[in-house]
Amino acid sequence: MRFVDEFREPGLISRTAEEIRRLAGTERHYRMMEVCGGHTHAIYRFGLKDILPENIELIHGPGCPVCVLPMGRIDDGLSIAQEPNVIFAAFGDMMRVPGTQGSPLEHKARGMDVRIVYSPSDALKLARLNPEKHVMFFAIGFETTAPSTALTMMRARAEGIRNFSVFCNHVTIIPAIRAILDSPDMRLDAFIGPGHVSTVIGCRPYEWIAVNERKPIVVSGFEPLDLLQSIVMLLRQLNAGEAKVENQYKRVVPWEGNRAALRAMADVFQLRPYFEWRGLGFISQSALRINDRYAEWDAEQRFKVPGIRVTDPKAAQCGEVLKGVLKPHQCKLFGRECTPDHPVGALMVSSEGSCAAYHSYEHRKAAMETSLTSIA
Amino acid sequence: MCLAIPGKIVEISSGNADSAIIEVAGVRRRIDLGLLQDDRPVPGDWVLIHVGFAMSKISERDALEQMNTLRMLGQTEVAIQEVQGYGLEDVT
Amino acid sequence: MAHGAGGKASRRLVEGLFAPLLFGTAPGPLGDAAHVEIQGTKIAITTDSFVVKPLSFPGGSIGKLAVNGTVNDLAVSGARAEALVVTYVLEAGLPTPILEAEVRAMANAAREAGVRIVAGDTKVVEHGKADQMYLTTTGIGYPLPGVNIDPRSVRVGDRILLSGPIGDHGVTILLARGELDLEADLQSDTRSVFPLVEILIQAAAPGIRWMRDPTRGGAATSLNELARDCGLGMVLFEDQIPVRDTVRGACELLGLDPLHIANEGQFLAVVSPEYADVALNALSLAPGGSEAQIIGEVRDQPAGTVLVTTLYGGSRIVDMLVGDPLPRIC
Repeated sequence: MRFVDEFREPGLISRTAEEIRRLAGTERHYRMMEVCGGHTHAIYRFGLKDILPENIELIHGPGCPVCVLPMGRIDDGLSIAQEPNVIFAAFGDMMRVPGTQGSPLEHKARGMDVRIVYSPSDALKLARLNPEKHVMFFAIGFETTAPSTALTMMRARAEGIRNFSVFCNHVTIIPAIRAILDSPDMRLDAFIGPGHVSTVIGCRPYEWIAVNERKPIVVSGFEPLDLLQSIVMLLRQLNAGEAKVENQYKRVVPWEGNRAALRAMADVFQLRPYFEWRGLGFISQSALRINDRYAEWDAEQRFKVPGIRVTDPKAAQCGEVLKGVLKPHQCKLFGRECTPDHPVGALMVSSEGSCAAYHSYEHRKAAMETSLTSIA
Repeated sequence: MCLAIPGKIVEISSGNADSAIIEVAGVRRRIDLGLLQDDRPVPGDWVLIHVGFAMSKISERDALEQMNTLRMLGQTEVAIQEVQGYGLEDVT
Repeated sequence: MAHGAGGKASRRLVEGLFAPLLFGTAPGPLGDAAHVEIQGTKIAITTDSFVVKPLSFPGGSIGKLAVNGTVNDLAVSGARAEALVVTYVLEAGLPTPILEAEVRAMANAAREAGVRIVAGDTKVVEHGKADQMYLTTTGIGYPLPGVNIDPRSVRVGDRILLSGPIGDHGVTILLARGELDLEADLQSDTRSVFPLVEILIQAAAPGIRWMRDPTRGGAATSLNELARDCGLGMVLFEDQIPVRDTVRGACELLGLDPLHIANEGQFLAVVSPEYADVALNALSLAPGGSEAQIIGEVRDQPAGTVLVTTLYGGSRIVDMLVGDPLPRIC
């Protein structure tokens, strides 16, 4: 696969890992946060932690749009879909996320018309093909995905398709990063910046992290060589006492972002004054709602939304894990009441949620290492 | 939010400039080019695809440059060490 | 619904509910087929149900799956299938040409696999049930001599063999449903694996510890079950696992792992190190076996777990599937 395989070349990966070990030395402990859930997933999928030295700690950030979605919003979306003749359409990622009455897939088993779509335009296509039904698209994602939702709604409007609406849960990345940096128990040295969000917003929005917070940030791609090269770049900055924004993912990310995508978002969305992030609480100006010009395609305007607020069980420490303050296994529910089979918090449901990734991956390896050292 | 794959544009619809077919390792899908209207790709171009939309054109030049940079890793160090070996530490 | 997908939930249902009530004090782990002794003669018997949407897809149809699936379950238990009986549960209103096509498909598949279909039953249920057609096939045959399939015989150092590329069937079905709008030149790998199993047995019978056909839940689920049953660890070498480019491309696009995708024409075998090379050699020279590979080996750690390693020293754990593999965008 072109533009993929080259960045997975084993020989080059080993060499880059060597360079990382050389730059990291043995004296200093480096704490780097990868903001984006896709990076978390890539780190586990490629087993990158195995080839990094002990003194580089990767902390998983809150950039997982499924993880930060409050349960109440899932309940709200599902309650809209209880209306007669409504088709609930969403990405595969959403299908197993539990609401208080069960996940979308569980609702499907009970008779709700639930469809998995790969693209918001597939949801619009469903609306075209089923004129006697109403298709409600449950939209999630950061700025990577929001422009596609926006453009789809522009198309719906242009074609006069009325049996289509969007339940919008798009959130923005910068306020999440701000919340991390504002957190008093957070100690971070640098950031691995979200690669695909940056194709839309560009690299400028991160400048305050370097200038005001004095933390280096490297916008990174998702292949093993991308992540490793980004770590090399961060180590060089940290060792030199520098703090700037760098773009490792140049082949895809334009420094200025994607104007057409930003225009589409501006046409359809506006910022909500505040939005609840699961585990992080209310954050102002951090999420998108559909503006009044597109009210007809806004599921929250077309339907009565219960506005259910669901508080997570006190024992669930999703917030601290999201912020990187706690490691997944330090949450009291981890591995006991909360497992991928029966998740309590969303960090255990999404495949890129830190808890699910840790449970499937690190947990048993850590146990293995413990048992090996106890034999020795 | 982040799963995006490079695909090659193999065909642009004659009736709709925003609709194209991409190919990834022999798999084809129709995608929307609406987000690249400021810099329209042509058949043969590689684009990054996320949820059925092209997000960005992939720069082959930047990709090659990145590979070269990676291949050079460690070699700069070797050169510096050689130079230092000649007692020329002050050169840098 | 997750209980049918072949992974964790299925296993819980079988082990927690069915086994204790139906099998009583059943000795040992559950296999693909049962070998029972009837008046001094050992026979092998198995049953399987087939539910697939769409009924027909590139490379096959439900009828073909129903024959090959049961033949394969017998094969990987070390037995030759001799006869099948089949049950049709049909949705009222199912067009006759569709039914006829499936019956023909079964007849063809049976002929190709060298089995006789000797009896059957039909039930019609009301419109809206049965997704057009559900099939069940029960197969009997006789165990081949010299083979003893038992996960408890697996040892550290044993090699894990795979007969060919994984992911073809599951991805074909996903694409054939049409919901994802992907097109690829791909077809189901459904076939009888008995000829290959027979060749493997001829070449390496004393060294064969265990075999399985990785259907629903994929190779990961089968190997996780083995790891659980024998208490050892399975380490797979990522670069050795055969996957077609198209399957890889579709999986990358959809965020799926080929190890979790269903196969209908492949099998896994765990073979002792002394016999592994001759086993692989025999398979790769046989028709339909040219893509066979040794994909990993059995280690004592991490116990009860399947680990996938890369050439550059990275590793990840591959768990049993929870429900169906779902495409993701994150």
